[in-house]
Amino acid sequence: MSAIVDRPRRIVGFVDTLLLVAFLILVWQILYEFAGEVALSPPIATIRYAIELLGSADFWPNVYMTFRAFGVALIIAMVGGLTLGLVLGLNRLLGEAYEPVLVAFYTVPKVAFYPVILLFFGIGMAAEVVFGVIHGIVPVVIFTMNAVATIKPVLLKMARTLGLSYWQLMTTVVMPAALPEIFTGLRVGFSLTLIGTLLSEMFGSRAGLGYMLMQAIGLNSVTLIMSLTLLIVVFAVLANALFLVIDKRLHRRG
Amino acid sequence: MRPALLLRLATVLGFVVLLEILCRLGVIPNFTMIPPTTMALGLYRLLISGALLPDLETTLSGVAIAVTAAILIGFLAGALLHAVPRLRRALDPFFASYYAVPVWAFYPLFIVLFGLNDIPKVIIGFLYAVVAMIVNTLNGLDRVPPVLRKMARTHQMGRGATVLFIILPSAAPHIFTGVKLAIAYAFIGVVGSEFILASAGIGYQISFAYNNFDNVILYSLILFIILFVSTVNLFLYSWERSILQRRGGR
Repeated sequence: MSAIVDRPRRIVGFVDTLLLVAFLILVWQILYEFAGEVALSPPIATIRYAIELLGSADFWPNVYMTFRAFGVALIIAMVGGLTLGLVLGLNRLLGEAYEPVLVAFYTVPKVAFYPVILLFFGIGMAAEVVFGVIHGIVPVVIFTMNAVATIKPVLLKMARTLGLSYWQLMTTVVMPAALPEIFTGLRVGFSLTLIGTLLSEMFGSRAGLGYMLMQAIGLNSVTLIMSLTLLIVVFAVLANALFLVIDKRLHRRG
Repeated sequence: MRPALLLRLATVLGFVVLLEILCRLGVIPNFTMIPPTTMALGLYRLLISGALLPDLETTLSGVAIAVTAAILIGFLAGALLHAVPRLRRALDPFFASYYAVPVWAFYPLFIVLFGLNDIPKVIIGFLYAVVAMIVNTLNGLDRVPPVLRKMARTHQMGRGATVLFIILPSAAPHIFTGVKLAIAYAFIGVVGSEFILASAGIGYQISFAYNNFDNVILYSLILFIILFVSTVNLFLYSWERSILQRRGGR
């Protein structure tokens, strides 16, 4: 029944998104007419250049560099964040003690730490990974921690009654019960890890999309800046749209 | 509460002491990091000499303008979007992926449009902060229990009165979260912009010190940013606590 009701609604939602994209492109065009070539490149030219970039040999090695660092950072942020979040969520004392520290760390502008990371790790992939991780890990920890801490006590009591081992408790009770919230944390962590990696490439590296972007900024090549930004935006929006769909489904099931 | 507080303080203190020892022993060389006591001393001298004041003023006034604009506009936009669910649903994936996009890519554009002054970095700070405010306003409005709205209708409250006495107080905790994030993000936006390209400001001084291998100034400034943002957070946190307690706590 709900599938029948859902479908037209989903189509309406999709059409709305398309309309919104069309509206944004229109605003972009109007801004271009207003601001001129020095500041903006028009939508059509930008999209054409972005497609050209996708076909150029120069582009893909940089994409590879970015996504290699991003991938490693993402794995560390997710695994580390989940582990820390589980530990802090299941132990009240630790959770209470360290949550404010985590929140404080989350709000400190990490851009300011960048020189420190460069001094410790030097320019290169290690610094990018570390910068990605310190951006992405905190939301994963905080969401996991809160998700685990708010599991219904009756579930944990039942697990104890059944004499589940620690591993069984984790995989059959804690993870399934906390999954929707944990996934939200992973979704936020994904975005922040990506921006951490890109920023690190912008401020100090010799390859990658962030480096390309910074070079374009240095040359004031407006078309390249906007095409690169467009590609990053499209990637981020598509990945997040996918995550949002899964996120909503998980929350509905719970 | 007390053992948790104790543990927290002990950990932070232990970390600082450990850094101090590692730096003093030379395990962490001085050109990588200077001992925390030297940072504190450096910061003290910097603040006493007053050399930092103009930069401090540019950065903080920039953040203040960006935060104020982001809170006002973000709140209004959130309230407006809440009233138009269709537009909001269409915008959802954009909001969700907003913080994955390096807003600084648009920094050169603003410099071309407005010149190399304080306006571009204020705009970046605003752009960074405003979406957090919008999203949290929406969150807060979503979580107003329908029964409260119904009660307002039963008591025949006007629209203005409903908003003022029912909806705003009920959504306040989430809106407060938005304000906290807006302050943090505006800081990130402004300091980051100064870091990339500026002629004054804390972020500019950090990048200047880094490029000149002046580790004392570099770490003094980083310490300053950590202390300043933590103080602001602590203040907001205790304020939030007192608000929640007055409403019967949670």
